[in-house]
Amino acid sequence: MSRFGKGFAAMTAAVALFCGSIAQAEGTLRIGMTAADIPLTTGQTDQGGEGMRFMGYTVYDSLIEWDLTSADKPSVLIPGLATEWSVGEDQLTWTFKLRPGVTFHDGSPFTAEVAVWNFDKLLVDSSEQYDSRQAAQGKSRIPAVASYKAIDDLTLEITTKAPDATLPYQLAWILMSSKANWEAQGKNWEAVAAKPSGTGPWKLEAFVPRERAELVPNTAYWDETRVPKLDKMVLIPLPEPNARSAALLSGQVDWIEAPAPDTIPAMQGNGFVISSNAYPHNWTWHLSRLEGSPWNDIRVRKAANLAIDREGMMPLLGGLMVPAKGFLPPSSQWFGNPTFDVKYDLEAAQALMKEAGFGPENHLKVKALMSPSGSGQMLPLPMNEFVQQSLAEIWIDVEFMVVEWNQMINLWRAGAADPAVEGSQSINFTYFIQDPFTGLIRHLDCNLVAPNGTNWGHYCDDEMQALFKKIKTTFDPVEQDAVLKQTHEKFVNEALFLFVTHDVAPRAMAPKVKGFVQAQNWYQNFSSITIEE
Amino acid sequence: MLSYLIRRLILVLPVAFGVSVICFLLVQIAPGDPLTAIMPVDATAEEQAAMRAAYGLDKPLPVQYAIWIGNLAQGNMGKSIATGRPVAGEVFGAVQNSLLLAVSAAIIAFPIGTFLGFLAGYSRDSWIDRAVTALSITGVSVPNYWLGIVLVIIFSVNLGWLPSMGAGPGGSQSWAWDWLHLRHLILPAVTLAVVPIGIVARTVRALAGDILTMDFVQALYAKGMSRADVLRHVARNAAATALSVMGLQLGYLLGGSILIETVFNWPGSGFLLSNAIFQRDLPLLQGTILVLAMFFVAMNLIVDVAQAAIDPRIQRT
Repeated sequence: MSRFGKGFAAMTAAVALFCGSIAQAEGTLRIGMTAADIPLTTGQTDQGGEGMRFMGYTVYDSLIEWDLTSADKPSVLIPGLATEWSVGEDQLTWTFKLRPGVTFHDGSPFTAEVAVWNFDKLLVDSSEQYDSRQAAQGKSRIPAVASYKAIDDLTLEITTKAPDATLPYQLAWILMSSKANWEAQGKNWEAVAAKPSGTGPWKLEAFVPRERAELVPNTAYWDETRVPKLDKMVLIPLPEPNARSAALLSGQVDWIEAPAPDTIPAMQGNGFVISSNAYPHNWTWHLSRLEGSPWNDIRVRKAANLAIDREGMMPLLGGLMVPAKGFLPPSSQWFGNPTFDVKYDLEAAQALMKEAGFGPENHLKVKALMSPSGSGQMLPLPMNEFVQQSLAEIWIDVEFMVVEWNQMINLWRAGAADPAVEGSQSINFTYFIQDPFTGLIRHLDCNLVAPNGTNWGHYCDDEMQALFKKIKTTFDPVEQDAVLKQTHEKFVNEALFLFVTHDVAPRAMAPKVKGFVQAQNWYQNFSSITIEE
Repeated sequence: MLSYLIRRLILVLPVAFGVSVICFLLVQIAPGDPLTAIMPVDATAEEQAAMRAAYGLDKPLPVQYAIWIGNLAQGNMGKSIATGRPVAGEVFGAVQNSLLLAVSAAIIAFPIGTFLGFLAGYSRDSWIDRAVTALSITGVSVPNYWLGIVLVIIFSVNLGWLPSMGAGPGGSQSWAWDWLHLRHLILPAVTLAVVPIGIVARTVRALAGDILTMDFVQALYAKGMSRADVLRHVARNAAATALSVMGLQLGYLLGGSILIETVFNWPGSGFLLSNAIFQRDLPLLQGTILVLAMFFVAMNLIVDVAQAAIDPRIQRT
């Protein structure tokens, strides 16, 4: 904890009993987001997971959605605007039955023709409704889609470029905007941004860029269990962590995302509730597998994984982490039963290093890329220093190459072979690992080697490639889950990453906020929340 | 005077051109990619290239500059890459909010700084002088973002008297001159005022102290002029220099409040600039820096003209 942070926490703890609260409307939930701006409101949101959480699954729906009702089990896909779907014998043609009677906030009906219009909005740059800003967010999410057409009002057909059983996961990204509203706003997306229309449980009532967005319930929402109980939800961008904490402690907001770890004891001591849960996020070192990389030796990879005392790292994060046992969180439905136990065992780690030819007289030198801050990176400086010290115990000397977050993203896109990474053999990058593609395939697929894809380390393995192919060609969800487990077991058994920890998405809220169930997901359901005065 | 004004206005043109070149080049030098703000991190290289072309970022720098300056000459500052909104609207909206904050801070800082400076200058080497000097050094030295957070802890978190963030219940677009909104202004304005209080006090103290030792002051006393009348003369002599310092301070208050606006979530140009930096939003960065730089140029011009008007000894030929 920084000296400043300690001071802040101590002062707030000492006096918050006298905390004054500022008047607010009944039934209004005010949320301090970490984003610096209101996420894009037109449909396909920006601002990453936070954008989808607050402006995506609130105002809009997708054909297939994530089940956000349970805190106890991992989220799975459930019907959204599509009630059922199936793939034809050619394994390319998918048929979606759409939910009848769904209307947008402007009153226009949701039909297959509107769904097609929405796909064109993202994929066909010659279409009238093509929106480059939404396309930038959505196009890369549905790489499987080759074509689509409306069979009738409530039947949509999508054809994929190749057999791809992960299509339902891809479609969970795609949010449906109202065609009628776009036309009513003069076919102008900028006008739509101020007055958007989706089919979601919340309607955007007011919007001041960079300052606030006000959402009110859509009482005619098609899923009665998800009609919001609140009168209003106000979203406020508060990117500075201490400003967020102060806003919560002074009663200006009722809920903040990602409170600074050193302010959490003060908040808890004053009755504020810290909600957290495992979710599909990891904090790893993605290893270079280029020729000459020391991480090509499985003994070194396993030794490094055994050298980190993850439980010892927990106080650094105020306990808000899940020690990694693999690439996916241990609670994931795809975790499987790997034989390599990722744990702290210094003796075993040192033995492996000696077997690999290293020891007190012969240190291994590695270069590691990291950033001092960044979206989802937790506390990268102290955490990486902890890893550095841990690896020093097994004679691995780590030299860091520290770059600013924006530049880090560029270096991640560039890949391990790019001269700009200056020979770094790993990159500390946190991952959104919610579906088969983002969770497993994109990191190690031979076809996605950087810079053409997101396989930073240039890993390529025939057996892994066969597993990826099997994931895409196994259309039965239960059988597909089994293949995903098998794939993750290989990730762990071969220690393909340096597995360190998983974030738990902490959020702090006033005690009057009731009824929130934190799903094991990047997105959340705000409909069940009430304010108890 | 008129010819002086015209000459100064003409001189603004090359300065503005230089500022535009520097703004454009500075933001290009910074590492990072503006596309990061608008594309998922795992967008493919092909998709990135298409988007780069769509925003004209694939063109050579001189061409990008020519397009930007050409649009600027027609009053078009372009669109923010991160938000898609017109830069002009974003910048001028934010500058209005910053101006509100800066002027409020100036209203607090300049009279207090002037009074304290005069007091110290008049009572040179006394305990008052030492106290004011200590105060002004503290004001100049204290990190204002730290002070801002301390004030938030005391007045927002502990006492609950004043809000800690934002520009009012409905945001800056519904700003009104009532207590509900003004209370949002108090903490950031006071925090922002601390540095200029110190600077103005030190400047005025030095000026007043020096002027009081000049021969003409003794002559005024010898003529039997009252102490108040003498001080009026001293004030008039100090005014030109003090005014130029205040003018520059107002410029700093407008453009240099990034940290304050971040701490208080005040939707001004500093907050906008800070977000634009993190997002590498080049058009927004260029537009904001340019507008703030031009504000400095305008402030300098106004101060020069005001100095000439106040002090006839300042000959401008």
